[in-house]
Amino acid sequence: MPNETVQPIKFYQTGTLTVGNRLLDPEKRTVQASGERTNAITSGHRACQGCGEALGARYALDAAMRATGNRVVAVNATGCLEVFTTPYPETAWQLPWLHSLFGNAAAVASGVAAAMRAKGRPEVRVIAQGGDGGTTDIGFGCLSGMFERNDDVLYICYDNEAYMNTGVQRSSATPPAARTATTPAVGDKPGNVFGTGKNLPLIAMAHGIPYVATASVADLRDLEAKVQKAMTIRGARYIHVFVPCPLGWGSASQDTIKLARLAIESGLFPVFEAEYGEVVRSRAIRRKVPVEDYLKPQRRFAHLFKAGKPDVDRIARLQAVADANIKRFNLLRPDGDA
Amino acid sequence: MLKQIEGSQAMAEAIGLCRPEVICAYPITPQTHIVEGLGAMVKDGRLKGCEYLNVESEFAALSVAIGSSAAGARTYTATASQGLLFMLEAVYNASGLGLPIVMTLGNRAIGAPINIWNDHSDAMAARDAGWIMLFAESNQEAVDLHIQAFRLAEELSVPVMVCVDGFILTHAVERLDIPSQEQVDAFLPPFEPVQVLDPADPISIGAMVGPEAFTEVRYLAHHKQMTALDRIPELAADFAAAFGREAGGLLKSYRLDDAETVVLAMGSVMGTIKDVIDDMRADGARIGGVSLCSFRPFPIGPVREALQNAKRVVVVEKDLAVGLGGVVAANVRMAMRVFDVPVCTVIAGLGGRSIPKTSLRRTFEAAARNELEGLHFLDLNWDVVNRELERAGEKRRSGPVAENILKDLGLIMHKVM
Repeated sequence: MPNETVQPIKFYQTGTLTVGNRLLDPEKRTVQASGERTNAITSGHRACQGCGEALGARYALDAAMRATGNRVVAVNATGCLEVFTTPYPETAWQLPWLHSLFGNAAAVASGVAAAMRAKGRPEVRVIAQGGDGGTTDIGFGCLSGMFERNDDVLYICYDNEAYMNTGVQRSSATPPAARTATTPAVGDKPGNVFGTGKNLPLIAMAHGIPYVATASVADLRDLEAKVQKAMTIRGARYIHVFVPCPLGWGSASQDTIKLARLAIESGLFPVFEAEYGEVVRSRAIRRKVPVEDYLKPQRRFAHLFKAGKPDVDRIARLQAVADANIKRFNLLRPDGDA
Repeated sequence: MLKQIEGSQAMAEAIGLCRPEVICAYPITPQTHIVEGLGAMVKDGRLKGCEYLNVESEFAALSVAIGSSAAGARTYTATASQGLLFMLEAVYNASGLGLPIVMTLGNRAIGAPINIWNDHSDAMAARDAGWIMLFAESNQEAVDLHIQAFRLAEELSVPVMVCVDGFILTHAVERLDIPSQEQVDAFLPPFEPVQVLDPADPISIGAMVGPEAFTEVRYLAHHKQMTALDRIPELAADFAAAFGREAGGLLKSYRLDDAETVVLAMGSVMGTIKDVIDDMRADGARIGGVSLCSFRPFPIGPVREALQNAKRVVVVEKDLAVGLGGVVAANVRMAMRVFDVPVCTVIAGLGGRSIPKTSLRRTFEAAARNELEGLHFLDLNWDVVNRELERAGEKRRSGPVAENILKDLGLIMHKVM
């Protein structure tokens, strides 16, 4: 909640989110140009152009390194992030990093945290990370176990809404109507079915853990702030980061940030924070856009917009999903952040 | 110190004396008493500096162990049967990463049909996973092998599985010698990892390796096990010198002098086999035995040496490679391929079936007369088998095999009312 004695910062440049660093408190200023800046994932890795996951992971782990004075260990689930950062005999990781299996990152991280406690080094913190497949599907059991034990682990899910590393197959995070290799755009109802899937941030909240947040590569400052905040908390924490995938979504690589922003502004991806199971903050939509604006630039939704014959019904159902999010998280309000 | 104690509790005490720093527990019969014992020791403060995690599955148990071992903590867990299968992906991963985790396997059958009793099917399912696999013949050896296992694992940076027969060992109460903390501390130095997750010296562990180096990584895992062939007997000798009793080693011979028939087995059944050997020896039979402790690495040379003067070998094993026969026998045949010595397989004790002395003696005597077939199922009830085969031949929907057999044996009702 904002401190009422502090005047909120106005964003004077209409139509943008730009604000000069000098208008911000020193601790809120960006450090992109600083020579001291941490660099969890260094250059030379093999991510695709416009990869949202590479961007999200780098900002998240850099923030974690800053927050802990570099005393952080990362555990990685199998997936794109693991593969593109560690092609033998190279590694892009500048922090201690362990990859074990696809479905066990949360448990392995629990083990690292336990070892640090046993070794009398509780100042060394642990982050587990994976894609949506490694988190919402195959890694879900271990993740839920880590949550319920309230192990001292921050788990970060980079959600690009399908199994991209194996060639774009449906996961339980794939949105309705999206085309994937296993929900092809054929038949009467092309793409993924409606009424399925998991909302992992809400499931994480149901464990009553100290901190759950969603974030997006559309707002890296917000992501960094949430990671930094998470590192001040002990116990199980979860951050779900929205990371567009140009390859899997059939979008232009330069549109990664734009699509991430449209997902927020349409209401399809609500950005919020929760503590001990209760939503405490959400990011208001600045200028609501119809879901079409978000869907149209992506080939995975192209079947919804066939020339002259848009799939009005199913676009309306996606709009209903967005509207339900807006209502649930109170995303349309005059005050901006609340 | 001598104690009248359950095998599992004794193993828990021995593991506790090894000062584990992280223990992950998930219940599965028949290993559960071990982790229960350790849990009590952590909670009441007897085992200090140890993190004890109650996890949600065996897959998580070994995954937590992977994380803690990679972070430099001495790590222990235990499992059995279905649990080992459920964690199998992590079993391969732990050895592939070269993490010196020690795990007890309370040997138990694998379903279906579900069965909680002892055999070695679980261990055989993980035989090529890259773990060192040691089989305890007695509860005293189970206690002693755990102490050796931590030292062996950490010296070579390889995981070690200590296999103990479910119920027969885990639940048997007997007089055991539990070593002192000073003895174990003198034998087992603190864990000095060869690789560790440390922010002061950041490394990546678990990178992707393609065809250009995968063979070399696998070869080095094999090389490690070949090194263990030397280290296992040396450690057993060190142990004997320090603790004053024999335990472990690659294999142990029993009354092999002039033996024409040699029986080889792993685990607690060797006790019964030794009794049968004694009885037959008393009646003039030339028979001896080999108790195999190290199943992985498989000691081809020592097995060959122990068996080379035999006229025939009988492998008694508590597992079945369906469609082939005995797993241990296949390994023994590989060791014996340079000799013209028949190796018979006796499949015994599946799903906890008793292995009585009379049945063993009958079988060994048939072997001595060269009348034992290459693959023999000890005490197989042919009436039951043939009835089911007939039933299956009569009609398509003959029903579930296990339930049919239980009906034949009068163990369940013919029809649910």
